[in-house]
Amino acid sequence: MATSALLSVPSQEQAGQRRPKAAIRCRSLAKRYGDVTAVDGLDLDVSVAECFGLLGPNGAGKTTTLEILEGINTQDRGTVEVLGSPWFRGNEFGLRERIGIQLQEARFAEKLTVDETVRLFRSFYRKGHDVENVIRTVELTEKRKARVGKLSGGQKQRLALACALIGDPELLFLDEPTTGLDPQARYKMWELVEGLRRRGVTILLTTHYMEEAARLCDRVAIMDRGRIIALGSPDALVASLGAGQVIEFRVEGDLEDGPLALLPQVISLSRENGGFLLTVSNVAETLPGLMAELRRQGAHLTNLATHQATLEDVFLKLTGRRLRDV
Amino acid sequence: MSDRGNENPIEKAPDFGLPAFQKGTGRARTFNPLLELVLARIREFVREPEAVFWVFIFPVLLALALGIAFRNRPAEKLRVAVEDRIHGASGIVDLLEGSADLTPVVLPWGEASERLRTGKVEIVIGLPETAGAASASLVAGSEGAPPLSVSYLYDPARPESRLARLAVDEELQRGMGRVDVAQVRDRIVAEPGARYIDFLIPGLIGLNLMASGMWGIGFNVVESRTRKLLKLLTATPMRRSHYLLSFMLSRLLFLILEVVALVGFGRLVFGVEVRGSLLALAVILLLGAMSFAGLGLLVASRSRSIEAVSGWMNLVMLPMWLLSGSFFSYSRFPEIMHPLIRLLPLTALNDALRAVINEGASLAASWSEIAVIASWGLVSFAVALRIFRWQ
Repeated sequence: MATSALLSVPSQEQAGQRRPKAAIRCRSLAKRYGDVTAVDGLDLDVSVAECFGLLGPNGAGKTTTLEILEGINTQDRGTVEVLGSPWFRGNEFGLRERIGIQLQEARFAEKLTVDETVRLFRSFYRKGHDVENVIRTVELTEKRKARVGKLSGGQKQRLALACALIGDPELLFLDEPTTGLDPQARYKMWELVEGLRRRGVTILLTTHYMEEAARLCDRVAIMDRGRIIALGSPDALVASLGAGQVIEFRVEGDLEDGPLALLPQVISLSRENGGFLLTVSNVAETLPGLMAELRRQGAHLTNLATHQATLEDVFLKLTGRRLRDV
Repeated sequence: MSDRGNENPIEKAPDFGLPAFQKGTGRARTFNPLLELVLARIREFVREPEAVFWVFIFPVLLALALGIAFRNRPAEKLRVAVEDRIHGASGIVDLLEGSADLTPVVLPWGEASERLRTGKVEIVIGLPETAGAASASLVAGSEGAPPLSVSYLYDPARPESRLARLAVDEELQRGMGRVDVAQVRDRIVAEPGARYIDFLIPGLIGLNLMASGMWGIGFNVVESRTRKLLKLLTATPMRRSHYLLSFMLSRLLFLILEVVALVGFGRLVFGVEVRGSLLALAVILLLGAMSFAGLGLLVASRSRSIEAVSGWMNLVMLPMWLLSGSFFSYSRFPEIMHPLIRLLPLTALNDALRAVINEGASLAASWSEIAVIASWGLVSFAVALRIFRWQ
């Protein structure tokens, strides 16, 4: 049966034999809230066993998209298929049995314990994991008897993950799973998501941390203003800049752009907040020329740094803005 | 679709060093969703000490305070002032002192009328010419003496003043020689069930059912909504009807505790008896609790903040606090309002509870109240279900 392909971890031969089944497929999705267009004609395909990231700044329409896919919001236009079926009244509960959801801002009842909360969610599913095992998986065993109100931010987020996992979902939605967490808690969450991904759970997550998307996702869609402006694997997106490295520098006063763009190995030049960003294929070859040019223009360098190009640079190049407004 | 059950991708996947899901997840215990939801409601409630105080302890304290304040005391004596200018004022005082109900005192006119005005005496016996509205002429009993002529000064709007006038007149007329023609005899009864505390306990039970039903449900629902927990729940296969039903069912359990606390207290401390059948009482309580649970759900069905729902709760409950006869009978309101007052769910509940507890009436005797209670519950639950905002 068709669904059996959804279930097993796709091995090498299977992947070679068949086109991966779509876990999520949507076309021309659109949603407006009054005058605000939240989602503006979105096409999206997520394959089974893929970890897919929606990356974008706040207000890009990530959460609205996710909620439509989760069947807790409705689109104005467009079609959605989740695990091979659109949302409608008759199949709602059947689909819900097969997906797991973690909402960005949902907070659990503070007076219940971790154990009681997971058990409550377990009771909603006909089949699923053992409460104890899921709690162990998200590393909350020591906090089993603790009230939810006493948990740290990271622990609450892992509890949310446990409740999303308890029904043994084929498809997992994670809405900004690490927003507001400290680096250590974020790192722990990443390990958990990576573990699930390796076990073949299809994951759709949203984030505005590019390093998170780069680390966790097989493919990333960069969203801005309700549209997807770039799509591909993190490496491919970075490679699309045509360059692996970025030189950031600042000078006192101003510079003439023209000669800079003509320096060796320079792919593109952009300005940001009074600083300059040079996307280059090889820093070592560009740097001497840059220094000479700065001397020629009599500019005094105040700051210079280089880094490997990231998704942040992709976003910056596509929109002229940073993912997180700083 | 069905071949999924034993094919668990997580089990089959190699262990990557993470704590793995254990084998045998297929045998995982299953839980009943409705039961788990009810348990969650109960846990949330009992872990909120303030709620426990307001629902269980406050009504008992209220009953204690009111029971003491309005306890039945021996009837107070009626205070009578006799104007000192009346010829034979001291004779009148002697006469009145013979009565068990009166405490007479002789006072100058100014002070007597001042005491009447401030409610320190119930009636003033004055000279005829100082009389206001009412006056009475008395014929002297002793031969040869001029007939006694006095006036009664009192406010007929004060029941105790009217009582004083009757008692004073009775004593004076008899003292002056009036002869009673009919043979009468007093037989004293002290009927439990007619005291204020007997009236109060059923009213407090009704009030408590209303307040705990509405607050208990309203706050929890709205808090879950503002926490986006409702939204998350609707994203699971949870049945929405189970969620709403869990509130109704958890109310049942608390209902039993609330009623036992109040009825037990009333019985132990004030000797308030349930005269009707316990079954009839249980049916009425059940209906009342369900009805206010429905009303609570309705009031909380749209609100997005605690402030908003508090406003709505007060709007719904305050009129019933005043009108529905929990602390005093609604017969004190104008007759024309009674049909409307009787249509309020709390009035119907209070009336039905008093009929069973105080009068020992059967269920059938309260059918119209029961119909009112059930209608409120059914209509509000049905409407709440339709308009409930899950997000």
